[in-house]
Parts: sequence; C-alpha cells; structure tokens
Amino acid sequence: MTQFRKGLWRTAIAAAAVAGFVGTAAAQMELKIMAPAAPGGGWDQTARSMQQALTQSGIAKSVQVTNVPGAGGSIGIAQLVNNSKGDGSQLMVMGYVMVGALLTNKSPITLDQTTPIARLTAEYEAIVVPANSPIKDAKELAAAIKADPAKVTWAGGSAGGVDHIAAALFAKAAGADPTKINYIPFSGGGEALAAILGGKVTAGISGYGEFESQIKAGKLRLIGLTTPADKATADMPSIKAQGIDLEIANWRAVVAPPGISADQKKALTDAMDKMAKSKEWQEILKAKGWEDAYQSGDAFAKSLAEEQTRTKEVLTSVGLVKS
Amino acid sequence: MEAFVSLAHGLTVAIQPMNLLFALIGVLLGTAVGVLPGIGPALTVALLLPITFKLDPAGSIIMFAGIYYGGMYGGSTTAILINTPGESASMATALEGNLMAKAGRGGPALATSAIGSFVAGTIATLGLTLLAPYLVELAVRFGPEDYFALMCVAFVTVSATFGDSPVRGLTSLFIGLLLGLVGIDILSGQSRLSFGVPELYDNIEVTTLAVGLFAVGEALYVASRRHIHEEKLEAVRGSLWMTKEDWKRSWKPWLRGTLYGFPIGALPAGGAEIPTFLSYATEKRLTKHPEDFGKGAIEGVAGPEAANNASAAGTLVPLLTLGLPTSATAAMMLAGFQQYGLNPGPLLFAERPDLVWGLIASLFIANGMLLVLNLPLVGLWVRLLSIPQPWLYAGILVFATMGTIAANPSPVELVMLTVFGVLGFLMRRFDFPIAPVVVGLILGPVAESQLRRALSISLGDPMVLLESPISATLLFIALVALVAPFVLKGLGRFKAVED
Repeated sequence: MTQFRKGLWRTAIAAAAVAGFVGTAAAQMELKIMAPAAPGGGWDQTARSMQQALTQSGIAKSVQVTNVPGAGGSIGIAQLVNNSKGDGSQLMVMGYVMVGALLTNKSPITLDQTTPIARLTAEYEAIVVPANSPIKDAKELAAAIKADPAKVTWAGGSAGGVDHIAAALFAKAAGADPTKINYIPFSGGGEALAAILGGKVTAGISGYGEFESQIKAGKLRLIGLTTPADKATADMPSIKAQGIDLEIANWRAVVAPPGISADQKKALTDAMDKMAKSKEWQEILKAKGWEDAYQSGDAFAKSLAEEQTRTKEVLTSVGLVKS
Repeated sequence: MEAFVSLAHGLTVAIQPMNLLFALIGVLLGTAVGVLPGIGPALTVALLLPITFKLDPAGSIIMFAGIYYGGMYGGSTTAILINTPGESASMATALEGNLMAKAGRGGPALATSAIGSFVAGTIATLGLTLLAPYLVELAVRFGPEDYFALMCVAFVTVSATFGDSPVRGLTSLFIGLLLGLVGIDILSGQSRLSFGVPELYDNIEVTTLAVGLFAVGEALYVASRRHIHEEKLEAVRGSLWMTKEDWKRSWKPWLRGTLYGFPIGALPAGGAEIPTFLSYATEKRLTKHPEDFGKGAIEGVAGPEAANNASAAGTLVPLLTLGLPTSATAAMMLAGFQQYGLNPGPLLFAERPDLVWGLIASLFIANGMLLVLNLPLVGLWVRLLSIPQPWLYAGILVFATMGTIAANPSPVELVMLTVFGVLGFLMRRFDFPIAPVVVGLILGPVAESQLRRALSISLGDPMVLLESPISATLLFIALVALVAPFVLKGLGRFKAVED
C-alpha cells in the first residue's frame, strides 16, 4: 500500500512537472513568469511576489514561476527571445542589472528585442562596512579610495551589475580612477554577506534589503544609501547628503517576449496596472521595503530606452565596456 | 541547558496534529522528488510556496524542512539501485552502493543508508540545537583563501582514491576540470569555451553530467556486453537486512560522515558534495576490508550517506542564524520565511522562538518518520532489480532523459546528456573511473573563483594562502595526504630490504 501511494506521488509530481513546462495560455489568465536568476535573489523574489499578488487578488487564475539563472540574466533573455516568441502568457522579470550585464557580456540579444510591459519597483543601494571597521562614514570611505583605490576591496553581486556600477561611480565621485577599483563579484547574496561579516573585504555594496537584519543587529555599519539627498533620515543616511555625488536606483520591471499581438500586450499591461493598484501588491511593497516605481505602456518603453543609453555611457566612462 | 528548555517547548509545537501531518507530507514529497533526477527539493519548495501562503507559517516551514530532509533520503535510493544519483550529493553513495546492489546486497545497502541518514541527521540536528551560534561565528571567518585550501584537500584525497591507477584517476579529473571551465567566468563576466551557445554560458549542469556518465553510460555498456556474456543479477543474496557484521562495519563511518557533513554544510560555500567525497575517501583508506572496495563495500555507502544528511542540517545553521541561504533549497526556505514577513537572522531566535524551535523539533520528528517510512520499503525497492535487464535499462534511460528535461527544458541539454552517455561508455570500456569527472566539474570552478577572489583581496600576494591559519592548516593536510602514501611506500620498501 505504502509502495503504491509512493508510486502515485511520484507520478503526480512527474506529471505536474511535465504539464507545467508544456502549459498553454488558456482563456482565463494563466501567466508564466520567468526569473532569469537562481531562486532567492531579487528577481526571483519579485517574480514570486507578483505570483502571490496576482493569484490572491484574483487577477490571474494561476501563475507559474520558473528560474533560468545565469550571467546577469543573459541566459534568461536569450530563452525568452528565442523560445517564447509570440507567447502572450509569458513575462520575464528584469532590471537595471540586466541592462548592464547585456552590455558587458556583449550579448547578441538586446532588450530592444523584447516587449516592454511595466516597471514595478526600485530599491536603493546600500554601502556597508563591518561593525569593527575604522571607516565611519562616506567621507572617510571616499578618502580611503582616493588614497589608493586598489586597497579598498568591495564585495557585491555579479560583474557589471548595479553593485559594480555603483562602486565605480562612488570611486569616480570620490575623485579616484574608477577603472582601478578592486571589486570582487560573488554569486548570490549569501556568500558576499559572509565575506563582509567575516571582515574579508573593506566594504560591501548591495540592495538595502540584503543587509537590513545585519545592520539592525549591529553587525554591519551602514555608510549610506544611494538615495537623493532630501530622502535621508537619521537611520538611513544618504551618500549624496554626505557630499559624494552618487545617486542610483536598482529598478525592476517586467517584459514580454517579442512578437506578441497588440491585444496580448494590452491584456498583460492591464493585468500589471491592476496588480500595481491591488491591496496585496501594496502590502508586499511595504513588507519588502521596495519603493513603488510603477510605470507602464509607452512611458516605460521610453524610459527603458533612455536607461539603456545612459547605462552604456556610464559603463563606458568607467571602463567596463569598450566603446 | 537553555537550548533544551527551548527545544522541549519546540516539541510541543511540533507534535500538534496539524504540524505532524505537514511533516509527513513533507517527507513523503521530499522522498519522491529525491528519487527523480532533476526534480530536486528546491524546485518542489518553489512550486509549493504560493500554495502555502494561506497556511500557518509554522506548518508550512515544517513541511519545507521535511521536503529537504526527505530529498536527501530519496536521492540515495536510485543511486544504490540503478546507479542514477538523484542529486549530486548522492553520487558518492552510487559508487559502492550500486556495486552492492549488483552483488545482491541491495537490502543492506539501502538499510545502512537509511539508518546512517537517521543517525547523522539526528546528531547534526542536535548540533544545530546546541552549536549553531558558535559554529556560525567560525563559518563567517572562512575567507576565499580558506575555501581554496579546503578544495585542495578535496582534490588530493579524492583523486588519490578513485580508480586503480593514479594516472587514470587524474585523467578523469582533468576532463572534469576542463568541462568546469565552460561558461561565463564569474569574476570577469566573460564567457569561456562556450562557442556562442547560450545554454553553455550557464556552465555545464552537474546533474546532466552525472546522469549521463552514470546512468546512460552504464546502460550503453550493459547493452554492448549482452552478446558476450549476460550478467545475471540476483535481487537478494544472503540476508535482506543488515547482519551483525554490517552493523559493525557501518557505525564508525556513520559518525565520521557526520563529522564531515555538519561543519562543512554549515560553511556558507561548503555544500553537500565535498563532505560526501571526503567521507568516501576516508572510509576507503581506513577500512579493514580494502578488498571489498570496488566490489561493494558497505563502509563506502554508510559514510557518504551520513555526510550527505548531516550537511543538510548544517545548511540550516547559517540560514537560521544569519539569514544566509547556502543551497538552492535553503534559498527557497528563506523565501518561505520572508513570505510571512519573517527575516531569518540574528533576531529571529529572539523574535519568534516558537517558530525556530518548532522547526528544529520537527526536524527530529521528520528524521524518525523517514526511518520508519524507508526501512519497510527496502524489501520492495530491491525487487526492482529482478526486472529483466533490457526492461530495467530501458526504464533507466527514460527516467534519466525525463529528469534532465524537467530540470532544464532545452534540446542542448539532451545533446549533452547523450554525449556524456557516450563518454561514460567509453570510459567504462577503457577502464577510466568516472566519478573524478564529476568531482572536477563541481570543485574546479569553485576552487578557481575562490583563489582569484583571495588574490584580488590580497592585491595579488600569494602569501595570503599561508597567512590565514585555517588555510595554512588545510594546505598542510593536503600536502601530507599527497606525500604520505609515497613516503609510507618508501618506508615499506626500506623495511623489506632490511628484512
């Protein structure tokens, strides 16, 4: 009997897995959201939060999240563009990191090949040092970098990502040569955090959420956030307010595959508009500490194009992309 | 003793009927997905997350933990019976376990793996209860140079252990290291040896390689031999259960495996593979029955299985105390915590003790359930081997292919599976050990990126490898392990001459 039940379980799981991957778009809203990263990271959390908000508010009947990790999203976007052409039920989470990654990886596939749907959130970058570090604020960190950029080691996410760009911009704003920074990319937040907590590096840079509980527990010292100067509070000091001209936000958005019809695009955009207003989504934003940066339709398509141009300029000026 | 009071309180949470039910569902699901190659516990937890949102947080987190432990059990069943490791962590188990199964000793192999998992899981969970706060202090002190040194120890012990000739073992290892270079380099973001194939940017999937080499290669090899002589498989020879001798040979490997698995699992970049390989290498060296290795030695199953399960408990140390997810499943569990607005980390123990201790208590319960569930099944599982060979191997091929597609739905992945299958066949045919290939693929990229990180932090000064006490000690161990066999051999010859 137990054997039989076990067999059933296995069959059920195999069937569910197989069915999931060949699932088709039905009349009712059944969405697939791809997170082009491993489970647990920012894009994955965004995808899963969307899944939660969309199903609970009844906007979609079912939402399936898949993970296609690798290369700052280059693999995910390749799969979206090549394999999901014209699929009106597929969305992919992306963000500022992908704009940079596609440039540094010289990806043959660009964001122009996707169908922009909506920008959802923004998160500011936080710079931290271990609690016992002699560096107390952004000015002291800037001074250390100006003295010798190579001696200040940074731990953060993948090469060419928003963490890397922000570190380079910090060095530039501090008056040092940004091409000389000693930036050490880690895969996944956990490993970078361990290296910072263990005092292996001078500073860490990532989204504020990654460091929050460690800052509150007093194990990390917050040097500042990349917020505009007027947003600073006593607990959340702004780097710009400390005299270092650095302002950057890591926004996240969703795009659809190429080749979808105008109706499909409208249906997806409407679903996102509804989700952004839903009580469930607003609660998630609050719980996760994500800034609401909602923008959809042509306005988003325009700002995405502008961000691509700006990022290319930034990356070229700091030497991460050869023009 | 405060921990025990808290644990007792946690037990009252865990034995509530609903929570027991969740633990049971978790271990059943976990065992099932562990058996399937490709569909691992991480994917299962990911699929269940949205469903469990409405449930009570304690219940669903208990279920996730059950899935995690269950997955570690399930992976070993297919590894032993049909030489198809469900997870890369059960690869070391497949080596001796499958040989035992072929010799009609599948029953004792499954039993020692189930009991060893129980023993290791229980001890490691106890370690989690008592040592978590101290262990985590040590774990974050592990820097890139220390990880690199740990990899060196693994390379030396592992490559010396597999196969009869070191040259053949090293050849296999280098094939693995070469395969490990394929894909985007983590430190520079540039792709290497991927020839513009986007699927290769993301490195070669370990499960695809392991399933291709082990399962597909084996099926091809058996098919090619059929006309020469048909291997008669006896499902059961001798006792179905562990004999007194089996117990005697198993208990020490269980404990040693736990000692490898728990601390290495607790390291933020430790993982489950290294302790299983180290345990296998240790048991091979310490055994009183070296003649059995290569024919199905029970020590080679007992040790790695214990290490595998102990590392699962170890992974929970950084997750609960720091909020650091160190495996894919742990990352999903973290997402599970966050779904309820809970942030694992230094404050969770203080803020939600009922939840944390409820979880730890239910790990003990899940472990017990898994033992009760798995031991009676041993008799039924081994019947699988009495299926006629052509059918069995055809089934294995279907099973392997399905698992690979489920994990990564892409034609490129299937082509790779086939190529690795042929490679596995050729390596068997010409007598090269296959395990070092997978070891190379897993450890090579980690060792490389950790070494480069270490040198980046030290501004290019290689002395950093000797200045860190942890790294220096580990490198010394690696050196001893490398030189000792030659020295001992030399001494032996010297003695022989003297006589």
